[in-house]
Amino acid sequence: MAAIHPVVMPVWGVIMTEGTVVKWLVAEGDDITPELEIVEIETTKVTGGLEAGVSGKLRRIVADNGSTLPTGALIAVISDPEVPEAEIESFVAGAKTEVPTAPVAPPQPATIRVGDIEINALRLGEDLPGTPLLLLHGFGGDLNTWLFNHGELASDRQVVAVDLPGHGGSSLAFGSGDLASLAGIVAGTLDALGISRVHVAGHSLGGGVALKLAELRSDRLASLTLIAPVGLGAEIGGNYIPDFIAADRTRAIKDVLGRLFADSAAVSRDMVEGVQRFKRLDGAGDALRTIADAVFPDGRQKEDLRRSLGQVPAMVIRGEADRLVSASHVTGLPASVEVITIADAGHMPQMEQPGPVNQAIRRQMAKADA
Amino acid sequence: MPQKTFRQAINEALHQEMKRDDRVIVMGEDVAGGSGASGDKDAWGGAFGCTKGLLGAFGPARVRDTPITESAFIGAAGGAALTGLRPVAEIMYVDFVGVCLDQIMNQIAKFRYMFGGTASTPVVIRASYGAGRGGGSQHSQSLYPIFTHIPGLKVVVPSSPYDAKGLLAQAIRDDDPVVFLESKMLYNTTGEVPDGAYTIPFGEANIVREGGDVLLVAIGRMVGVAEEAAKTLETEGISCCVLDPRTPSPLDEDTILEKTEEIGRVVIVDESYPRCGLAADISSLIAERAFPSLKAPIRKVTPPHSPVPYAPVLERAFVPTPDRVVEAVRAVAKG
Repeated sequence: MAAIHPVVMPVWGVIMTEGTVVKWLVAEGDDITPELEIVEIETTKVTGGLEAGVSGKLRRIVADNGSTLPTGALIAVISDPEVPEAEIESFVAGAKTEVPTAPVAPPQPATIRVGDIEINALRLGEDLPGTPLLLLHGFGGDLNTWLFNHGELASDRQVVAVDLPGHGGSSLAFGSGDLASLAGIVAGTLDALGISRVHVAGHSLGGGVALKLAELRSDRLASLTLIAPVGLGAEIGGNYIPDFIAADRTRAIKDVLGRLFADSAAVSRDMVEGVQRFKRLDGAGDALRTIADAVFPDGRQKEDLRRSLGQVPAMVIRGEADRLVSASHVTGLPASVEVITIADAGHMPQMEQPGPVNQAIRRQMAKADA
Repeated sequence: MPQKTFRQAINEALHQEMKRDDRVIVMGEDVAGGSGASGDKDAWGGAFGCTKGLLGAFGPARVRDTPITESAFIGAAGGAALTGLRPVAEIMYVDFVGVCLDQIMNQIAKFRYMFGGTASTPVVIRASYGAGRGGGSQHSQSLYPIFTHIPGLKVVVPSSPYDAKGLLAQAIRDDDPVVFLESKMLYNTTGEVPDGAYTIPFGEANIVREGGDVLLVAIGRMVGVAEEAAKTLETEGISCCVLDPRTPSPLDEDTILEKTEEIGRVVIVDESYPRCGLAADISSLIAERAFPSLKAPIRKVTPPHSPVPYAPVLERAFVPTPDRVVEAVRAVAKG
């Protein structure tokens, strides 16, 4: 039977309740392939291209450029070419009446207590079977780092993203702040959530925490996907850690965040504001300095965790244009470790090139699950 | 992120700073309860409800009702600051500052300077300002230019709940006297406000909205007016940047000048009187330091040089509206 595929306002990450159609990149009547970016969507956090996901002909553009709609609202219709015009017409008419009038409330993170430390965690797909995936962000980030990955990866298993201690909505006081203590708190979080075994995807500092977890509790890890991780080399490019801690005014923060991306224009106003708001909190500066002193004394990485790579099936992903973690960090790794280099991405490939990164994480988990 | 009102944001900052530092006290009319009415304790929480709950949390020694005598209690706040406390004194309407201006302008603002830097006066004077509530000409003025004019005072006019909380915390922790003015039209507005304590530094403008055709400079309640105008103008294809200086003193001159140089067309929206007002001050800054970058004359949208009228129709005509801003922007955007 000929199929009609609705294109709806996507949900990117956990905070998106509505989006704005910036620009259609295709016209009614065009042939569509699944990987084709058909429309540019702007959210409060970021602007990105929406891939069609299906093949067919673009039959109707329902939401014009500039219109803002709640997530889930119909923005276009793709169908097999043979679907008659009348059927498309009635599909659009039917969908219009079902468009939610108010934005759907996004899933809310919960506070998990680990001893006297509070960890902010967001779980998606809680009821899905299989080994869950844990997402660990990098230094100075938070669980929104996984904006383009979390929802996507949670389509067939539970995915938990946490704010590391000293970050986001988690406690700003948390002990020594070295990798072992951070890994201990992450393990405690899994205990509190009743999760015994996980796949872990860790970015940068989160990758170091994941490696430490592999060293201390390899029994709990099904696989590791390390994205531009800490722990595989000594140097950090461009004085990033001290500069990030020192940056206070908007321009300084924008400048330092720009170094994370291959295209520094990807840094949105809201990203800058989010970091600035976090850094203004009482205790945030001390928290960042505590971790930096423990993990990156004198701007260099303290621990070499290459030996932990053998403990658990591991994959390493690095953006080709990463200015913080150099290519030497991902060379000379054990043969069992697959290394993937992502083009047109800097230190944040999961944000800049989410498609290939999500694909790699899925592949790594599937391999380990098999 | 939790949504809170401007009033709650002020209240939360007071709670957190009083908890953080025993030296912080709150004083003013009815801040501990409107005891003149029925004798209830904490019945009102100040004239605008901002101090509600402080009496129960911190007790009568630190939350002090005062007589209706600004000259006495503002003077007392200055003395208390000089001797080691950090008072937050509330003047119900900034219009009442007339009776205690000597204490503020000749005493509080001058101690550090007169005593060669050996004294500091960490006092915060909070007051409501602005038109829109039918308060008449003695309860509706936007008098921040008076304080901005006086060296030795810092002056803060927040525009959102987030800014109100962070700027008030900064004001209380600051070692110099701060006049903190709250638009009475903003108390019930809501926005995202973190639960934890945080500070926003003084002298750092906030770019509320990016845009490339015209720069709108606005403070306090006028930020919302400018934003609304910017939304209308966007549908006409004119994109406006909205810049909120947040603190008339110290003023973030650098950001105002940088944005002027980048955009070249400026409209200043301000609720204070036009003569020697904030718009005039910012306009002169731009004319003096960024004139070559201007592609059109600087425009000001302000009330007329008149007392604030009581009649609702006239009061509405007095305060700058989005429509007037739109008109001014259209005029400079041409050519």
